Amino acid sequence: MTETPVEARGLVKQYGRITAVDHVDLTVNRGDVYGFLGPNGAGKTTTLRMMLGLIYPTAGSVRLFGRDPTTEGAAALNGVAGFVEAPRFYPYLSARTNMQMMAAFDGDDAVSRVEAALDTVELTARADDKVGGYSHGMRQRLGIAAALLREPRLLLLDEPATGLDPGGMRDMRALIRRLADGGMTVLLSSHLLAEVEELCDRVAIVRAGRIVYEGAIADLKATATTGYRLRTSDNTAAIAVCEAQAGVASARLDGGEVHLDAAEPAVAELSVALVESGLRITALVPDSATLEDLFFRLTEGSTPGETEVPEPAADVVGGVA
Amino acid sequence: MKPGVLTVYRWELRKLISLKRTYLGLFAAMGVPLAFTITLSFRHGRPNDVPFGAYVHQSGLAIPLVLLTFASAFLLPLITALVAGDIVASEDQYGTLKTVLTRSLQRGQVYMGKVLAALTYTVAALVLLGGVAIVAGSMVSGFNSLTTLSGSTVSAGQALALVLASFGVYLIPLWTVALIGVMLSTITRNSAAAVVGTLVTVLLIELVGILPGLEWLQPYLLTRQFDAWQGLLRQPIDWSPITHAAWVCALYCVPAVVAGYLVFLRRDVAGG
Ligand SMILES: Nc1ncnc2c1ncn2[C@@H]1O[C@H](COP(=O)(O)OP(=O)(O)OP(=O)(O)O)[C@@H](O)[C@H]1O
Ligand SMILES: [Mg+2]
Repeated sequence: MTETPVEARGLVKQYGRITAVDHVDLTVNRGDVYGFLGPNGAGKTTTLRMMLGLIYPTAGSVRLFGRDPTTEGAAALNGVAGFVEAPRFYPYLSARTNMQMMAAFDGDDAVSRVEAALDTVELTARADDKVGGYSHGMRQRLGIAAALLREPRLLLLDEPATGLDPGGMRDMRALIRRLADGGMTVLLSSHLLAEVEELCDRVAIVRAGRIVYEGAIADLKATATTGYRLRTSDNTAAIAVCEAQAGVASARLDGGEVHLDAAEPAVAELSVALVESGLRITALVPDSATLEDLFFRLTEGSTPGETEVPEPAADVVGGVA
Repeated sequence: MKPGVLTVYRWELRKLISLKRTYLGLFAAMGVPLAFTITLSFRHGRPNDVPFGAYVHQSGLAIPLVLLTFASAFLLPLITALVAGDIVASEDQYGTLKTVLTRSLQRGQVYMGKVLAALTYTVAALVLLGGVAIVAGSMVSGFNSLTTLSGSTVSAGQALALVLASFGVYLIPLWTVALIGVMLSTITRNSAAAVVGTLVTVLLIELVGILPGLEWLQPYLLTRQFDAWQGLLRQPIDWSPITHAAWVCALYCVPAVVAGYLVFLRRDVAGG
């Protein structure tokens, strides 16, 4: 199989007047851990539902390994597993019975994987309890276990760590990391930048149904961390040095610090120039808040079309093109 | 092994076994004949205005037929609607459709598995009601020969066969009610609405039959097929109401199944 795990083209979903998903193009390649990032109501769940064949697109298409869940139904989910929103099971049946049912619905030898899957998410001890009595975190883990029954090559997860305690979040991320390291392709929606940063190598940022950034997370970071904060023995003199320095832009005084935009090599040169000018540097640090800022800028501007999009422009797709 | 309709069917039965709702109907199906027979054993009165009502003290085999006449119009449709109306809507209630539909099953297979389970439940309710009525009736009034609707008498063995066949014939309209229930369950996505909707449908059809000017419709009403089984209890057996019921019911069943199936195939699973 050489087909692309996920290929969405011009995907649109309309609910009456609301356009939940607005011409989304997404490509997830084999081995990617792909982050699908956006604030509440951005259309992440709706996009994933279309990928899983649960709802029908108003326009556009999705292909999973070259197969269309809209026309082929479950046949297109061969090698695909996942869930949207909180995983749901029959509350009046035990976790083990639920898992056995899902395995029966998967066919082949999925039944033989039930115990191992329960073990992976550490639910073996509680497997005979009714799911109705499960906590949110336990259900979330059971959702992962049910997905693993399918031995997926592609895992679609919708905010899997939402509502988990810090330990649960860490375990969930470690599990996803482990699965990805084992060769699984993962598409993970989230509204937590930090989570996506930790797990993913590629990211699509979606806002009001439109993709406002798609590309490698490293590229996003590179554009985001051009900001630096500088403190010296004489900030006014420092600004003059900055302005004279090639590759350093928009140096400005802001509350006892100098803010400036520059790439890393230029900053290195700048530090030398400052010292040579007799200034003593007390701090020269990358503005770590800028990735967050960038995310907010991308997702909170007035309309998606007006949002300023960072370089590299080639990676920018969707409504801003 | 590839999963299919039978896989869904087996698991639907497994789920029914775990649900309280299932037992509500089945207990009613057993309780009504028990209560009726017990009452009968203490009293000498008899329900004269019901077919076979006059013979309940002579032959225990008249009792299942009296109960069938009584239960066919409302009780059994109610028991049927209780489960059929819930069988798809409960998935909406629990939000589990998304769970089931992201496995390796086509939507059509899930729907047909549910249809088969609803039909099976209907058979179970009928078997319980008939079985309890036959056993309890025979204990109270004896396993005796029975006077048919034509006035002739058939042996106890023959009467038993006719009783079983009558319940079998009644399955035709009852299955129709079940299929309407599953369809409404699919369309309304709400268990209560589907259960009530199924019963209201049955009552409305009954109502149409008594409207002046619409008498010509009567032979085609679903509710008129509920007593088609009585043709078996004439001598010689009158097959015409039975074949009539079969094709009239088909006129209700086919659109109900097709409509429910198509809605289930095309719907958005946006909840849960
Ligand atoms: N079944 C539905 N009917 C009507 N509107 C819907 C439906 N499902 C989603 N929407 C709308 O579509 C938009 C996108 O919703 P969606 O659930 O996809 O967002 P999301 O990115 O998953 O948000 P969250 O982070 O809160 O989970 C929202 O405006 C929502 O109100
Ligand atoms: Mg969501």
